[in-house]
Amino acid sequence: MLDFLHANLSYILSGISVGGQYALIAIGYTMVYGILRLINFAHGDVFMCAGLMMVYLSATLPVTVTIPLVLVMTVVLGFLIERAAYKPLRTAPRMSVMISAIGISYLLQNAALYFTGGLAKVYPSIPWLSQTVTIWGSTTKMVTVVTPVLTLVLVILLSLLIKYTKVGMAMRAVSKDFETSRLMGIQINTVISVTFVIGSFLAAVGSMLYFTNYASVTPVSGSMPGLKCFVAAVFGGIGSIPGAVIGAFIIGIAENIIKGGSSIFGFGGSGWTTFSDAFTFALLIIILVVKPTGLFGEKSTDKA
Amino acid sequence: MSETILSIRDLKVNYGGIEAVKGISFDVPKGDIVTLIGANGAGKSSTLRAIVGLVKPKSGVIAFEGENIAGKDTTNIVSRGITLVPEGRRIFPDLTVYENLRVGAYMRSDDIAPDVNWVYELFPRLKERSWQPGGTLSGGEQQMLAVGRALMSRPKLMMMDEPSLGLAPLIVRDIFSIIKEINKRGVTILLIEQNANMALSTADTGYVLETGRITMSGAGKELLVNEAVKAAYLGT
Ligand SMILES: Nc1ncnc2c1ncn2[C@@H]1O[C@H](COP(=O)(O)OP(=O)(O)OP(=O)(O)O)[C@@H](O)[C@H]1O
Ligand SMILES: [Mg+2]
Repeated sequence: MLDFLHANLSYILSGISVGGQYALIAIGYTMVYGILRLINFAHGDVFMCAGLMMVYLSATLPVTVTIPLVLVMTVVLGFLIERAAYKPLRTAPRMSVMISAIGISYLLQNAALYFTGGLAKVYPSIPWLSQTVTIWGSTTKMVTVVTPVLTLVLVILLSLLIKYTKVGMAMRAVSKDFETSRLMGIQINTVISVTFVIGSFLAAVGSMLYFTNYASVTPVSGSMPGLKCFVAAVFGGIGSIPGAVIGAFIIGIAENIIKGGSSIFGFGGSGWTTFSDAFTFALLIIILVVKPTGLFGEKSTDKA
Repeated sequence: MSETILSIRDLKVNYGGIEAVKGISFDVPKGDIVTLIGANGAGKSSTLRAIVGLVKPKSGVIAFEGENIAGKDTTNIVSRGITLVPEGRRIFPDLTVYENLRVGAYMRSDDIAPDVNWVYELFPRLKERSWQPGGTLSGGEQQMLAVGRALMSRPKLMMMDEPSLGLAPLIVRDIFSIIKEINKRGVTILLIEQNANMALSTADTGYVLETGRITMSGAGKELLVNEAVKAAYLGT
């Protein structure tokens, strides 16, 4: 067992790291779903935009300025998307909002295509994160070690916010019953905006960690991670934050083991890299068949 | 003549083409218990929902403390001191009993402990269950919680939509005696009921609503012995 761990340490480490990055994105899907019953298709593209913002801003500004700036701008982007594309449809059928989300997704991708000219943009190296470290004989980037720790800290902070603060309580109330929340004097729109702000903030953090590993950003860079994180959220039980986090780690670790685990099961290895994506979606199909509500999902209490 | 806290004039509520409330007028004197009774679909809930802004009235005046609040948004209306205990209780199932009370005080920023204590005094059962999720309470306990939650906003006017629905007669009696107790503390009450017997014996004034129109009104005790009311709503 120890030998196995040792031999595959680098894959497991990068699996945990990618899992953490997925978790930060998946939380945005699951929170928005929890409150609006909306699959925010644009979320992966917001993540991509955060990556591009970093590329363009760091061309002229130092990293210490660009990091907070990207965080703020991504949050503003998420907020504006909700106000412009989802809020006006609050009483419309859910399908209309979904289509609006798909529209925003393509809008962002096209805007990105316009700005980048379709070229892959080199992601700036964030000094400390890109440093290499050696753990138990495996060399890896600092980001691999930082990601799970940072993810855990952010998830704990988020849980505390939801459990103990007034706005957290309002989020829990609104996610169950709009009308009664309104009767309590809760401003529904404010609570929804807060949800988008949190989701976008976490996606921006995720993008910094993720792109540090991938080195470049393209207009479609958000699609695959976005889709996988959505699968992670469904796997964990969409609407549940712990579910999304656990789902994300499972997907991250599993796909890396498949990529690198030739020594484990006698299959896998670099030839299987493409299969690792297929794995994610095979997993989605299996969950939907076996346990449609996911690991921590509740029975669908469809609200009006 | 005592001061009027709520005054409704010619209120109409439509849903698409359906006229649910067809121009009703009534007054709620400050400090009183007023009841609106009527059969299923008479427009009782629609009236309350229009007052609190959950549906926009088609026309008419809803004057609260002399100001027309018709068409204003719910947050604004609630902040003036109106609260609604909704039909079907609608407590937050994932929030604990205590959190449900806290959310009831959402708009306040002062100390809520005295109010929580009062609610726990009125409903000792809620105190025992304060850390239990609201969704695990029995129907009667949920009704108590819905009333307690509404009190947490320190309302001037508490509107209740069929608080006795689906409860055992003994619990119904409890709830009504607590309604009286709340009223004694100075909260004006507008009560909607199908349990006409209980409602009319508790209320100072009663109105009978039939398919969107008020057809009778009078002191609660008078309506209780009125032949037409007896035949239609008291089953005697
Ligand atoms: N959202 C809605 N859309 C369409 N019609 C509605 C809606 N809500 C109520 N109605 C209609 O308006 C009329 C009055 O409904 P309302 O709920 O006010 O009755 P009620 O007196 O409260 O009845 P109950 O005692 O059954 O609760 C009914 O005919 C109902 O079908
Ligand atoms: Mg009703």
